[in-house]
Amino acid sequence: MDLHIVGAEANAAEREAVDQLLGPPSTGWHGASRDIERDGRSAAGGRRVSGGRDQLLPALHAVQDAMGWVSHGALNYICARLSVPPAEAWGVVTFYHLLATAPRPAAVAHVCDDIACRLHGAESLCADLEARLGHAVHRSPCLGQCDRGSAALITRAGPEPERFVIAPATAGAIVDALSTDARPESTAQPVVDAAAAGDKGARIVRRINVADPCSLDSYRHHGGYAVLNKAIAIGAAAVIAEVSAAKLLGRGGAAFPTGRKWQAVAEAPAQPHYVVCNADESEPGTFKDRVLMEQDPFAVVEAMTICGLATGSAHGFLYVRGEYPEAERAMASAIAQARAAGLLGPSVAASGFAFDIEIRRGGGAYICGEETALFNSIEGKRGEPRSKPPFPAQVGVFGQPTVVNNVETLVNVLDLLDEGGAAWAKTGTAGSSGTRLFCLSGHVAVPGLYEIECGRTLRQAIALAGGLPAGRALQAVLLGGAAGTFVGPDALDMPLSFEGARAANATLGSGVIMVFDDTANLHDTLARIAQFFRDESCGQCVPCRVGTVRQAELLHVRSASSVSSAAPASSASSVSSAALASSAQSVSSAALAESASSVSSAALAESSVLLSELGLAMKDASICGLGQTAASAIESAFANIASLKGSEPS
Amino acid sequence: MSHDDIAFHLPPAPRDIPAAPAGPAPTMVPLTIDGRAVEVPSGATLIDACAALDITVPTLCYLKTLTPVNACRMCVVEVEGARVLAPACSRQVEPGMVVKTRSPRVNLSRKMVLELLGSSVDLSTAPGLAEMMAEYDARPERFHQSLTSAPSVSSAALASESASSASSAALGESASSAALGDSASSASSVALGDSASSASSVALASSASSASLAAGSVSVASVAQPVKVDNDLYVRDYGKCILCYKCVEACGTDAQHTFAIAVAGRGFNAHISTELDVPLPDSACVYCGNCIAVCPTGALMATPEFELRKAGEWRPETQAVTDTICPYCGVGCTLTVHVQDQQIVKVTSPFDNDVTRGNLCVKGRFGFEYVNRT
Repeated sequence: MDLHIVGAEANAAEREAVDQLLGPPSTGWHGASRDIERDGRSAAGGRRVSGGRDQLLPALHAVQDAMGWVSHGALNYICARLSVPPAEAWGVVTFYHLLATAPRPAAVAHVCDDIACRLHGAESLCADLEARLGHAVHRSPCLGQCDRGSAALITRAGPEPERFVIAPATAGAIVDALSTDARPESTAQPVVDAAAAGDKGARIVRRINVADPCSLDSYRHHGGYAVLNKAIAIGAAAVIAEVSAAKLLGRGGAAFPTGRKWQAVAEAPAQPHYVVCNADESEPGTFKDRVLMEQDPFAVVEAMTICGLATGSAHGFLYVRGEYPEAERAMASAIAQARAAGLLGPSVAASGFAFDIEIRRGGGAYICGEETALFNSIEGKRGEPRSKPPFPAQVGVFGQPTVVNNVETLVNVLDLLDEGGAAWAKTGTAGSSGTRLFCLSGHVAVPGLYEIECGRTLRQAIALAGGLPAGRALQAVLLGGAAGTFVGPDALDMPLSFEGARAANATLGSGVIMVFDDTANLHDTLARIAQFFRDESCGQCVPCRVGTVRQAELLHVRSASSVSSAAPASSASSVSSAALASSAQSVSSAALAESASSVSSAALAESSVLLSELGLAMKDASICGLGQTAASAIESAFANIASLKGSEPS
Repeated sequence: MSHDDIAFHLPPAPRDIPAAPAGPAPTMVPLTIDGRAVEVPSGATLIDACAALDITVPTLCYLKTLTPVNACRMCVVEVEGARVLAPACSRQVEPGMVVKTRSPRVNLSRKMVLELLGSSVDLSTAPGLAEMMAEYDARPERFHQSLTSAPSVSSAALASESASSASSAALGESASSAALGDSASSASSVALGDSASSASSVALASSASSASLAAGSVSVASVAQPVKVDNDLYVRDYGKCILCYKCVEACGTDAQHTFAIAVAGRGFNAHISTELDVPLPDSACVYCGNCIAVCPTGALMATPEFELRKAGEWRPETQAVTDTICPYCGVGCTLTVHVQDQQIVKVTSPFDNDVTRGNLCVKGRFGFEYVNRT
């Protein structure tokens, strides 16, 4: 490739940041200063030089961490080092919203203003911070801290960069974090509960708050690595047979049979095979994988190792979202300890089977949770989903057969192999074996992570979390996050199983159960969900790129009109609960006429048609799951939630 | 030694040109499209299979000489048993597939794609777009009517209802099963203006974006922006860009391997850009113009055509179009020369040409000024 790299040059600090990751440059052709003796007569090229593209995102992170932004000079230097055309690198750096392309303060707060945090005053927190701190504050989609109230990710650039999360976050704590070098002590232990996990008690969360997540010895003391030895003893085919017998379905949202996935990769003729653990948990309201990685990181390492053994893969990638610095640290430490103990490397546990894990940090893009977008992100390309087929089991990361599993799915494999697949499958229902982690948040007394046997009801799950605050009535429950569905109080007896959710026309998605009581302004929630998809669409296909924009615009208009009619005295952001409650309970024709007064009822009807047609086209014609589900929560809200039916023409 | 022995003789011309040795015959894949059976070689795409049956599938981002990116979603078709629609341009045929190319779901998705593009992009110089809009009854102005202030919508409500019957027909069965109350679709007939029915009026109503942001009204996002004129050879009018990725592919691995442009940004802000959006002369661009050749909307345009259009003097119907061979180097590229008023106004190359596959270099595409000046 004949690269055309001109213009700004990297400064010493930028070079140092990149060289720390990539090592010193070899020749003047690849970033070193020109040496006529060395570089005058030959230039190294070919695959050895151009094959480093997958280091693009790590290199951009290195510069971002050190400098606080990626300058033209730094971009040019990275391009020279990795033989990437500058225009393509620019396409990548502008794709991720944690990477800055203009100077900004070294310390920056990314403050969550997404649907769960909004219920706890995130809007006013953000407004307050923006007024006080200006450019140092960025609004962020869900940071996966919904069990703790409002949250902020703090990044401090410099020679010793720092990234940490404050949750629950107050304006004072965020201002302190940005103005001093202090780092708040990590927060309290997470709420993790397995009271409803079935006869055998806690499985997935068994070691959480029990074993020391920083210690391999503690993990082993609590039964860790016994399963890997068993897997090595019984061999790859038997491992896959057990996983298939357990009828384990993927926990990331798509519910694909894990055994079939592993089988397909194990049998794929092309070599090498890869394991990818999808830890880019970005679905609003989801925090289960974060808690697992922070509190039981060795379990993730052990499960990935078993997956590698079963599928004949020697290399695993753990793609962890950039908003999870604690999880990344915990996983990095666990991987290093496992490597030192010979449990990762050229001969895992002296079995002769090679496996190692590489951590890749996401750059702030919900879409990279989509498996093929994640592959592109690992490869150093824009995180745009690929067309399927071909599926990852045939053509995955680097074009090779790849098994990609969610964190929770993988961790399930440990207990499943321990007990034997058939015995393990006795927990749960016929169609949904095992237990699932549910992330309860919103208006419940004790938000947290609940391990629940598949088939228990939604009512039981909410009761486990202490139910609604005293004196409040249930308005709606969001299942599965922004890509999920809203259900009303009439759905409380729905079994929490794949088939139970399907029968109720709902989805469990990634295990989100977000509760909204009668004080919640659902119009505001819906507008935020629409904004979320508008922000997070990758922009590749027309139905999603423009459709999510139009959907957000249409909802904005409806939201504005419904608020102005329902509570004329109050501002758009805070509707008095009394006004909302009354409009929720009585959908009288008078209320309808009133709600239609600001925008004509004909216009409202036309916007309903547009929303419905948009929803159908996005569902049918988008490339990937993001566009296909971008309308589902909104449509289900209008269909199922009594308080919103008042704004629907009838 | 006879005179003949030292003379050079041309070998006799071969009577038949030897063919390449036959490879294994491709496996034929049987499938059904719109109720008709067809067999195509394995590895063919649905659009190839449709072509074998003379079924036209509308496309925007597809070009035979480029790798399909299936980004525009105009070519979606319904494959029986599949949850979602499939892009015909890239989906490979499978034995026994049953495909519908004009089902209500397909028609609705194509209509929405056209309306979404028409409401956000200036499609005035995109060839064939007006015809597609008419065929699918696409009315992009529906968004402006719904999103801008109420009075204009209610005045539209008084207009004739000729358009409304067409729209409810286009919705078909799929719309009535929507989660959003299906009673709404009948109510919609009141709000539809009849100006909508003229599908050719795809240009954006500029008044819409300048409308005041009263309650219940938002600005309708579009990609409108000033034309980029930063070199003598071609202009980039990204207000007309539908982000089909063709120019990026032509600049990159599908033709030129120059990599001067890429898609930058994300979501609705995604756009074609050089690094840091530097002007073309500061970028890697070599002015081959292969991006212009593949652009489906006129967003990329050679300067002579741009100037003539601006002056209202672009008259393609009066142009003489002649194929010739490029005078510059020994490759011998086929040039298609477009002549208007005795002046060369544009040079292209046929996409089905074995030598060029539609691609040229800076000399072939732009080096004709000396002809015009003599």
